[in-house]
Amino acid sequence: MTWKLFFLLVQAAGSTALISLAAIAIGVCVGVVVCAGALARNRLLNGLSRLYISFFRGVPLLVQLMLFYYLLPALGVEVSSLSAALLALSLCTAAYQAENLRGGFLAVPRSLIEAADMVGMTAAQRFRRIEAPIAVRLMLPSMMNEAIAILHASALISVVGVIEVTRMAQNLSSSTFRPLPIYAAAGLLYLIMTGVLAGAGLLAERRLRVRLS
Amino acid sequence: MTFDPAIITAHLPALGMALLTTVWLWLVGLVASVILGLAIAVARLYGGLTISLTLGSFVQMIRGTPYLIQLFLLYFGGPAIGLTLEPFTAGILSLSVFGGCYMSEVFRTGLRAVPQGHIEAAECVGLTRLQTLRRIILPEMLVLVLPPATNIAVGLIKETAVLSIISVPELTAVVNEIGSETYAFVETLTALSLCYWGLVELCSRAGQAAERRLATFRFAA
Repeated sequence: MTWKLFFLLVQAAGSTALISLAAIAIGVCVGVVVCAGALARNRLLNGLSRLYISFFRGVPLLVQLMLFYYLLPALGVEVSSLSAALLALSLCTAAYQAENLRGGFLAVPRSLIEAADMVGMTAAQRFRRIEAPIAVRLMLPSMMNEAIAILHASALISVVGVIEVTRMAQNLSSSTFRPLPIYAAAGLLYLIMTGVLAGAGLLAERRLRVRLS
Repeated sequence: MTFDPAIITAHLPALGMALLTTVWLWLVGLVASVILGLAIAVARLYGGLTISLTLGSFVQMIRGTPYLIQLFLLYFGGPAIGLTLEPFTAGILSLSVFGGCYMSEVFRTGLRAVPQGHIEAAECVGLTRLQTLRRIILPEMLVLVLPPATNIAVGLIKETAVLSIISVPELTAVVNEIGSETYAFVETLTALSLCYWGLVELCSRAGQAAERRLATFRFAA
């Protein structure tokens, strides 16, 4: 395991970080939409959102990757391996984030919502000032967990040939015949990235903490 | 786009075997995960500082890295230290360790959540430490941890798909093979998704049913 090899892995870790962050960001945005659907009174919207959540949480990410990578071209949509990977990661994490969001909004104390109505807030004001701030604080830990899960799940996109840490480690270990140190180094890089994400989550939690008394 | 169900029906026996392999991998991995998880959790809580720290960092390492990397490390890296494993063995072993570490965290929180009063009461009526653990702490904890443990069990089903990468002949690998032989990606991938979706739904429904059943034993914590 030379420094040169390690540097290649670190470079690839950059791609992993970038792809994961993009998937997390897109996932939260799509998750908000799906969550809104799942909380809606409209039967059709509600059913569709629940179906979405159930499907993307019920099928392994590896299979979802294959769905986007093989199925979209079969339907006549050309996708690069990177866009198939990003699509699968984002849509998958969106389902989990939608559940997290739903849990957060359902956990907002009923009394606070009634109090907001009592003082004459409109629905939009109530959402912006009462529901959203409380829900975000409540679901922050589970959202960070999901972000870490996506970082780890991004290792699977090596299968469709996107060059990130895992793929780079595969390539290097087959060219050097020394898989043990290379995969160990890749693991270490994931460990560091996980640590950074977890740390950011704790920092955000501390920043957002409010004294309720 | 065409959809020809004949491709699926023609390969039904192979698909059935592959599904059985996946379920078997999952069940063995799950049972091993639960046993390993319990062992780690109990050892970390009652085993002293050294054991607790060692196991704690091991669990953090497993939880901080992707399963695929762990699998590669074991399967491709193992021979370098004299550990040559069949894909199947490597798969079950890695699945058990991975699941066990996640289970141990759930069990540890569960063990801590057992009310201190119950443990004191057990001591008062003269139960030994082992009896208290077996008859009071473990049963109460199992009721508490059922929802998160079900989540991990469901996660393990999906994790078995990763084993196709080291060519364990489970569902994903077999279906992939059929797909690349027949070029019928639409049919095969649809069948594959439906199989996993069904398994996952079945498992989470079973978990919810068990929760409802056990809800009668729920105690005021």
